[in-house]
Amino acid sequence: MSGYTQEYIQEKLTKELEATHVGVEDQSDGCGAKFSVVVVSPKFTGKPLLQRHRLVNGVLQEELKTIHAFSMKTLTPEQWEEQQK
Amino acid sequence: TQVGSKEYFDKLLADHKVVVFMKGTPHMPRCGFSNAVVQILRMHGVEYDAHNVLEDENVRQGIKEYSEWPTIPQVFVNGEFMGGCDILLQMHQNGELIEELQKVGITS
Repeated sequence: MSGYTQEYIQEKLTKELEATHVGVEDQSDGCGAKFSVVVVSPKFTGKPLLQRHRLVNGVLQEELKTIHAFSMKTLTPEQWEEQQK
Repeated sequence: TQVGSKEYFDKLLADHKVVVFMKGTPHMPRCGFSNAVVQILRMHGVEYDAHNVLEDENVRQGIKEYSEWPTIPQVFVNGEFMGGCDILLQMHQNGELIEELQKVGITS
């Protein structure tokens, strides 16, 4: 058991990306090695998908070495609001 | 050229329009993310050059450094890194994938 908690991933992404919303789902039954995240940040505005994902990868550089499966959705606050309707 | 070096990947990517680095093979993917990429490309009828990173540790590590991307699978179109499974899936859903493929002369 050397994984990360949902809260840890959530806090780190929120802080580093000034995210307005971070949803983290631990799909590993608690072993901390499989996550699915949704990140909403104004920092994504005007950036193509690849650059947004690179920002997230950058923040979790160390963690991704041990996380076995990681999937993400990256949205601007505007896109997020649109999705909530 | 040494397997896994920058020159090695430059050459691989120059030889094919679409190149995929994945776990397993298109016939037998060994990971759900790699399988998703295979399925998407199949839906678009794309022919591609696939490399199984599980067969060679130099390729597995080398491609991560080459693209500065930490995970597998990785999809390249015309020598350019396009993304992993999530990006390909979203591009498939919003129609961008068709546009990108058309740019390099592949109609799906």
